[in-house]
Amino acid sequence: MIDEKFDAIVIGAGMAGNAAAYTMASRGMKVLQLERGEYPGSKNVQGGILYADMVEKIIPEFRNEAPLERHLIEQRFWLMSDTAHTGMHYRNEDFNEDKGNRYTIIRSQFDRWFSQQSREKGVILLCETTAVELIQDAYGKVVGVRTDRSGGPIHADVVVLAEGVNGLLGTRAELRPRPQPSQVALAVKEMHFLPAEVIEQRFNIKGDEGVVIEAAGTISKGMAGMGFIYTNKESISIGLGCLVSDFAENQSSPAQLLEMFKKHPSVAPLIAGSEVKEYAAHLIPEGGYNAIPKLFGHGYVICGDAAQLNNAVHREGSNLAMTSGRIAGEAIYQIKSRRDPFTADNLSLYKKMLDDSFVIKDLKKYKDMPELLHTQASNLFLTYPQLVAKAMENFVRVDGTPKIEKEKSTFSSFRKKRGALGLLGDAVRFARAWR
Amino acid sequence: MGIEAQFQKVEEKLYQNRYLVDAGQPHIKIAPHEKPSKNLLAMTHLCPAGCYTEAESGQVEIAADGCLECGTCRVLCEETGEISWNYPRGGYGILFKFG
Repeated sequence: MIDEKFDAIVIGAGMAGNAAAYTMASRGMKVLQLERGEYPGSKNVQGGILYADMVEKIIPEFRNEAPLERHLIEQRFWLMSDTAHTGMHYRNEDFNEDKGNRYTIIRSQFDRWFSQQSREKGVILLCETTAVELIQDAYGKVVGVRTDRSGGPIHADVVVLAEGVNGLLGTRAELRPRPQPSQVALAVKEMHFLPAEVIEQRFNIKGDEGVVIEAAGTISKGMAGMGFIYTNKESISIGLGCLVSDFAENQSSPAQLLEMFKKHPSVAPLIAGSEVKEYAAHLIPEGGYNAIPKLFGHGYVICGDAAQLNNAVHREGSNLAMTSGRIAGEAIYQIKSRRDPFTADNLSLYKKMLDDSFVIKDLKKYKDMPELLHTQASNLFLTYPQLVAKAMENFVRVDGTPKIEKEKSTFSSFRKKRGALGLLGDAVRFARAWR
Repeated sequence: MGIEAQFQKVEEKLYQNRYLVDAGQPHIKIAPHEKPSKNLLAMTHLCPAGCYTEAESGQVEIAADGCLECGTCRVLCEETGEISWNYPRGGYGILFKFG
């Protein structure tokens, strides 16, 4: 099929792959990118929020052309019981700025645009091509890939594995482990279409302003998980995800959980009358710092979700993916311009550069959080949300009960459920994991 | 009203999606078994596309046409050899319009 040898082969045309391909091609490298979907984005799923700073570092003028939905001016956190939500809302007019900080996006559209930019820099993109195997030489160095297209293997000096959380190549070559059930969340999502004016009225916004709602509580039935509602221009992305290990233990149906989330009295009016146009599912890396595989070796680097680079606490993933792809591209270019070989030693530059970036620093900060969420799931996602809802009701409902008795009942409900030591322990554990 | 009737069925959700099915080339296969493991049986609830069903004889079966390629079953059942998991051939499978 392809006889020529490339400087680099990039597996995947998601955020990490596109960033790596763009970075290398714009520095004059000969790059081949493989994508198994019909077009870039056709296999990719995200909530999705785009963080401008990390795109700017690759394509500074992206706001002029990229398909963006709404810039976010408001963030709502909802702690949910079966009938209530207790919310914290943060809205700031300062987010109506010339250069927006965060945008909602639709991945299939954004990825197609991003990939188009790479192709303009000279990347050769092969879609509808599934990479099935990495080729290693007698010394274990990755020297190319085999695809499901007719023709022989394709060779390159270095391979960038940006194959996503569920990529097969790296695992099959034993370069990274298959994710464990406790290291990935399964998220399901629907696209609900509504006229722009209706969305703007329901969410109290105008023009291109947008709102994010993140919800945790009884909606996940005691499993470690979250729901989300994002406003796009003429649609609302609504979804919910929980750890796969919790799903397996509880024998729960994600589709049914999503239906229940949609029917929650706080949620239903926001999506009423909408037309659903897509139902998607995807895994999200949740293992954090301790789940990151070895990021480089002889002739290869691993980027993005494939490397578990996802900040579960801040719900950031695509920006870590994009940044790791860019840094991999820069490191590879540096090695190439020195005319050095792509040995593991030389490619360790990628890890060094990534360690110095926010990507690894942030993941390190929260390294104990996945374990806490895993072991404390039923307290954090079931007991406390119910207690908080009860406390709020005690505070708000006027029924002639003296306030002092209401307060006593609130405090004793917390003590009864978790015990004084349990409460203290939970607070300490959480503070430690956050530190 | 049973839970099934109360909620939209998974199959109805899948009608909204775009697929190019590679007829006769299922990308996920279940190994012959007498009794499914706990994880394999859990897939009859867990699979977001409802691909896994339990036959009357107790074995778990798969019809992967509606697969969303999330990989949940791979994470839970591939290691033990109960299922084999590949991506569909290039261009086939789920084609997300929005993602």
